[in-house]
Amino acid sequence: MAELIYDETGRLLFTEEMRREYTILVPMMLPVHMTFLVKILREQGFRVELLTSTSPAITDLGLQSVHNDTCYPALLVIGQMMEALESGKYDMDKVALIITQTGGGCRASNYIHLLRKALQKRGWSHIPVISFNLAGMEKNPGFRFSPKVYLEMLGIVVYADLIMNLANQTRPYELRAGDADAMIERWTQRLLEQKLSVRRLSRTLAAITADFAAIPVRREPKVTVGVVGEIYIKYAALGNNNLEQLLADEGCEVVVPGLLDFVIFMGDHHLVDTRRYRIKWKKGLVSALIKVIFSFFQRRLIRAIRQVPSYRVPADFGIIKRLAGDYVSDGNKMGEGWLLTGEIVELIHAGIGNIICTQPFGCLPNHIVGKGMIRAIRGDHPDANIVCVDYDPGATRTNQENRIKLMLSVARERLTEKSA
Amino acid sequence: MTKFHIGVDVGSTTVKVVVLDAATGETVWREYRRHHAKSRETAAEMLRRAAAAADGPVTLAFSGSAALKLTAAAALPFVQEVFATRLAVQERLGDVDAVVELGGEDAKILFLTGGMEERMNGSCAGGTGAFIDQMAALLSLSLEELDALSFRHKQIYPIASRCGVFAKSDIQPLLNQGAVKEDIAASIYQSIVSQTIAGLAQGREIKGRVCFLGGPLTFLKGLRVRFTETLGLDENHAVFPDQAEYYVAIGAALRSRGTEEHTLPGVLERLEHARRQEGEEQEALPPLFSSEEEYETFRARHAKATVPAADLESYEGGAWLGIDAGSTTTKLVLMDGNGRLLYSYYAPNNGEPLPVVRAQLIALRERCAGRVTIRGTAVTGYGEELLKNAFAADHGIVETTAHHTAARAFDPAVDFIIDIGGQDMKCFRLRRGVVDSILLNEACSSGCGSFIETFAGALGYSAAEFAKLGLFAKRPVSLGSRCTVFMNSSVKQAQNDGAGVDDISAGLSVSVVKNAVYKVIRTRNAKDLGEHIVVQGGTFLNDAILRAFELEIGHSVTRPALAGLMGAYGAALYAREHTAGADAESTLLSLEDLRAFSCESKSARCGRCQNRCRLTVSTFRGGSQEGKKYISGNRCEAPLGLPGGPAGGGGPADDAYEYKKDLLLACAPRPGKRGKVGLPLGLGMYELLPFWHTLLTELGFEVHHSGLSSRELYLTGQHTIPSDTVCYPAKLTHGHIEALLAQGIDTIFYPCLPYNFDQGMGDNHYNCPVVAFYPELLTANIPQLGKIRCLTPYLAPHAKTFPGRAAKYFREEFGIRSGETKAAVRKAYEAYAAYQEAVWSFGDQALARAADEGRETVILAGRPYHIDPEVNHGIHKLLRSLGCVVLSEDCLRPGEKVPVKVLNQWTYHSRLYAAATFAAARDRVQLVQLISFGCGLDAITSDEVKDILEREGKIYTLIKIDEINNLGAAKIRLRSLLEAVRA
Repeated sequence: MAELIYDETGRLLFTEEMRREYTILVPMMLPVHMTFLVKILREQGFRVELLTSTSPAITDLGLQSVHNDTCYPALLVIGQMMEALESGKYDMDKVALIITQTGGGCRASNYIHLLRKALQKRGWSHIPVISFNLAGMEKNPGFRFSPKVYLEMLGIVVYADLIMNLANQTRPYELRAGDADAMIERWTQRLLEQKLSVRRLSRTLAAITADFAAIPVRREPKVTVGVVGEIYIKYAALGNNNLEQLLADEGCEVVVPGLLDFVIFMGDHHLVDTRRYRIKWKKGLVSALIKVIFSFFQRRLIRAIRQVPSYRVPADFGIIKRLAGDYVSDGNKMGEGWLLTGEIVELIHAGIGNIICTQPFGCLPNHIVGKGMIRAIRGDHPDANIVCVDYDPGATRTNQENRIKLMLSVARERLTEKSA
Repeated sequence: MTKFHIGVDVGSTTVKVVVLDAATGETVWREYRRHHAKSRETAAEMLRRAAAAADGPVTLAFSGSAALKLTAAAALPFVQEVFATRLAVQERLGDVDAVVELGGEDAKILFLTGGMEERMNGSCAGGTGAFIDQMAALLSLSLEELDALSFRHKQIYPIASRCGVFAKSDIQPLLNQGAVKEDIAASIYQSIVSQTIAGLAQGREIKGRVCFLGGPLTFLKGLRVRFTETLGLDENHAVFPDQAEYYVAIGAALRSRGTEEHTLPGVLERLEHARRQEGEEQEALPPLFSSEEEYETFRARHAKATVPAADLESYEGGAWLGIDAGSTTTKLVLMDGNGRLLYSYYAPNNGEPLPVVRAQLIALRERCAGRVTIRGTAVTGYGEELLKNAFAADHGIVETTAHHTAARAFDPAVDFIIDIGGQDMKCFRLRRGVVDSILLNEACSSGCGSFIETFAGALGYSAAEFAKLGLFAKRPVSLGSRCTVFMNSSVKQAQNDGAGVDDISAGLSVSVVKNAVYKVIRTRNAKDLGEHIVVQGGTFLNDAILRAFELEIGHSVTRPALAGLMGAYGAALYAREHTAGADAESTLLSLEDLRAFSCESKSARCGRCQNRCRLTVSTFRGGSQEGKKYISGNRCEAPLGLPGGPAGGGGPADDAYEYKKDLLLACAPRPGKRGKVGLPLGLGMYELLPFWHTLLTELGFEVHHSGLSSRELYLTGQHTIPSDTVCYPAKLTHGHIEALLAQGIDTIFYPCLPYNFDQGMGDNHYNCPVVAFYPELLTANIPQLGKIRCLTPYLAPHAKTFPGRAAKYFREEFGIRSGETKAAVRKAYEAYAAYQEAVWSFGDQALARAADEGRETVILAGRPYHIDPEVNHGIHKLLRSLGCVVLSEDCLRPGEKVPVKVLNQWTYHSRLYAAATFAAARDRVQLVQLISFGCGLDAITSDEVKDILEREGKIYTLIKIDEINNLGAAKIRLRSLLEAVRA
């Protein structure tokens, strides 16, 4: 075991020594994005393990480790880590954990603390936990990177978003099953070889798009379903009972908004706050930078997709923000905040009226910006076919599936009417 | 050859099959059957019978929640049931505007005209048909009897309609207080109606021709009446079609037109094949017992914890009586001076404890006559006070004391007791013979004994048979560990997956245990519980549960043979310990008085304060009890005619909740030149009212707030609540808006505040997302707000920018000069500071007074909005009546930031941590945390507050509150806490 060093608040630090010897366990969320992240960290000499288990034991371990009424994502992420730690696969004196921290007014900012409490409860207080965030919280001497590596990490979001988007638009129509997934694999490798460089961004984005566009497909009318909601539940198969697979099996095309919007949103709402309450203007600079860089990435991504006419082009952040403005203020920023409302409206505007709004049971921000806005949105768009689905350790798949099937029945009927 | 269309509707409790003649569309065969968890077998059996009628080529489709997996495996067509309903209605009835369909566990509304919409109940809104079954079982009535009774009701009680568990918590106290079944039956129906209107229609009006479908609405005429009356429908507009329970099946049959043709034997073949194929796939838990021998060893071990008995018929001398009036069962124990058991009784009370106990007492008095003298009687349990008053018992003791006393008799070193009863679950940890922490199940997780019993009943078994089935189940199903509603649907899923009754029984036992261990006790390590664990309560007599418990905690425990009688046994022991002389005699009614005894119950409303408690007044008749009254349902002593409170209890001057409430209510409207503005008194407004009220009044507005909440106010706003799992205080704001609208207010001011004032006690000073942004939700969901001026600006008084931004805002919005606004802002800050100072000095004085008088101070810690009587349900009054000085968390002057192990980023929560630290460091100051159900943030704070208190050896007490109004559990908890700290 490395020497345990604590900061002035008593937080166990992840040290240089640990960097050399420890294995960092990373919880799964977005497969493409996370694969990139893991590879980058490995290149930097970290030992990193991506946790992919979806065993039912995760829920039980989560229930044992954190308060039952804690949001489901925390329960799953922590449960997944506990399962890994208990598996005996790792040297308990040489293992570290990493978890994201958003720093907003939602419960999610507390996940890292809940994780530390859970570790302590099991007598594992010596395991360091690294906070992964954009806001500069909880710095660790052993978890610092050169500007070049930071730049590579930025690239993750734009490349992975594009790959995910194109794959989603291609997979349901591919003539040879598995083509899209093979293409994901191919580009993941290639991008890693060129270290996710954002130097020739436009050219690379165009090349990825062209390759996906070259996959032989048969475009036929299919039910298209937008999936929005709380970020973890929306993206993680573990959180949403493999929703994307369920929809694929039902013969649907799935539209999942990318991570770029969320990252820009994080920068944007901080800027709004800074202006509104005049706080921490220095931090405002970082947010401004985040917003500028990622908005630039997004424009490039949109430009690349636009090259192929058969692809649906995702909306620009500014458009989503404007659409959300009809319902909630841009000061509504906790959790997914107004972005969630905006994504729903944008999907409807893009002609994707079938929407699943996913959230953990009792998700506080989603009471407002998700479920809370559906009525107003429906008022303006009477044909919107929206279903809200709650996920939690006790919710049953049958119940969720049945609701989703109702939404799909209506969607199919409309599709038939439209093609008739 | 004749062709047929067949629809099969496999619901959560029943299977419906219809066979339509393809040429004429006529129904040629139909059947409706309960499947008792054997949905597949029942469906197959029914199809086999249908073959006689459908002897040609058929098209068919399945529908219903339990058919999902079945059809996937057998590759047969599936039609979502709401969709099927719509098809059937449109084709069969034509001109219909809306459809209300209640099924076994689902409720649906379809709007067919004016923007088609289909809605189903959310996963938290408990079932309907199954809910009625559950309620009927609770009342020991058949569905027919329940229905008949409902027609004879005189009044309707508010019963929480959100889910079965909540409703049950409302009904149980009503029963125990003597409310009549006629009224309860109608109230149960009414709760379903409100749930349908509020939870499903959510503000969309149900009008025009409304068609009612599904089993319950077909068979229960009383329910129909409640619906038509509430919706104001006449005969022409309420449509109750023939074969209403078959509409899903008919829709499925219609939908199958044009699909692949089969023969029925072929379909049956496919179903059978599918069953064989997937039989072994699902996850299973390890069996409870692997062999008969193992079970025998287990039984032998537990047979040791017994109590010696003596024969009542031959015994002569003194005896002591203990009565435990539980929520669903009544228990009696009579013991002699050596603790030998003379007599015991355990039976369901069918919701009416008085007659049951009376009959028992008469029998006992008769058998004892001349030989046995009852020297002392003690009563405990839910019905403690009623019984103590009715039969003049010597003592009434809190349940925890009774159980502790009993457990000590079996294991003097007992350090942990867990009691799972019919309705509640109690655990307490003992340190040095004193109760150290008390855990009770929350209203949401009452997955206790009566749950298994009701479930067994629904599947057609007795509880004992059902439990026995589980003992040797090979593959118990994993059902999760949440509340019963979730378990219900987990069971549904398990059935769907083809699990047998034995596997379900064992799985339920494991679930009840997991619920106890993870939800109530919240532990993972058996060592956390203790070395000497005593388990009790009727539920533990079920060997499957006992075994599951031992397996789960990995530790053997003591189960007294009297497990189901421990409360009564403890009460009897208590009575014996507390009898003055050797020849004392109990005050219990004489045989003559008992024979003459009867009781009439009436309900009434107490009008003495805002709580407007619904009282049940029991008037006793006969003998020495003639004319005596007992009032229940009250929170404080006011309706009992006692001024100020009982001896030792403090008046309102000892109660910060009263004090703050009065301060806020003093914010009265002052006529102003700029017209009226309304402030909804909800959520954060409970603290910032002095600020906003002053600001707007100074600006020349006549400021009206919406007043305190009440149940009625809640109901007026219920239909616009979009998320049924949000906290109750948030739901109430819908009613507050309605209250303002009803006053004719046309400008409402309710700012969005992501940040609160920074009191320097945390890492940040956020409001929670609900408090912060709820105003935006209100505007999006209350249509009338679009017609008036509803202002929800992001104006944050904590920020230095506020005066400037406020000036700009009021200039643009109302044309008010900046100078005027800035002056008003100064006044507002002063008013807020004055309010805070007043509250803090109240705290100082109350603490000093409590110390002088040597009284216990309880910090009832929650949020500012917990002073709303509809939110706190009068818990502060209860504390006061127990002799405590009551403070709230914001009565303490802000001090240093206290060290905590979580991100301390919410203003309200920083106060909680500070208050806990304060209480932890002082003698005679206790902290009780008040948590609103659905408050996600308290999942974080409660653990932390607990840690802070327990580190200093203090007892942590948590009370979860919601719209339900059941003070029973809170009372037990608070009395136990005080008893422990006063010991």
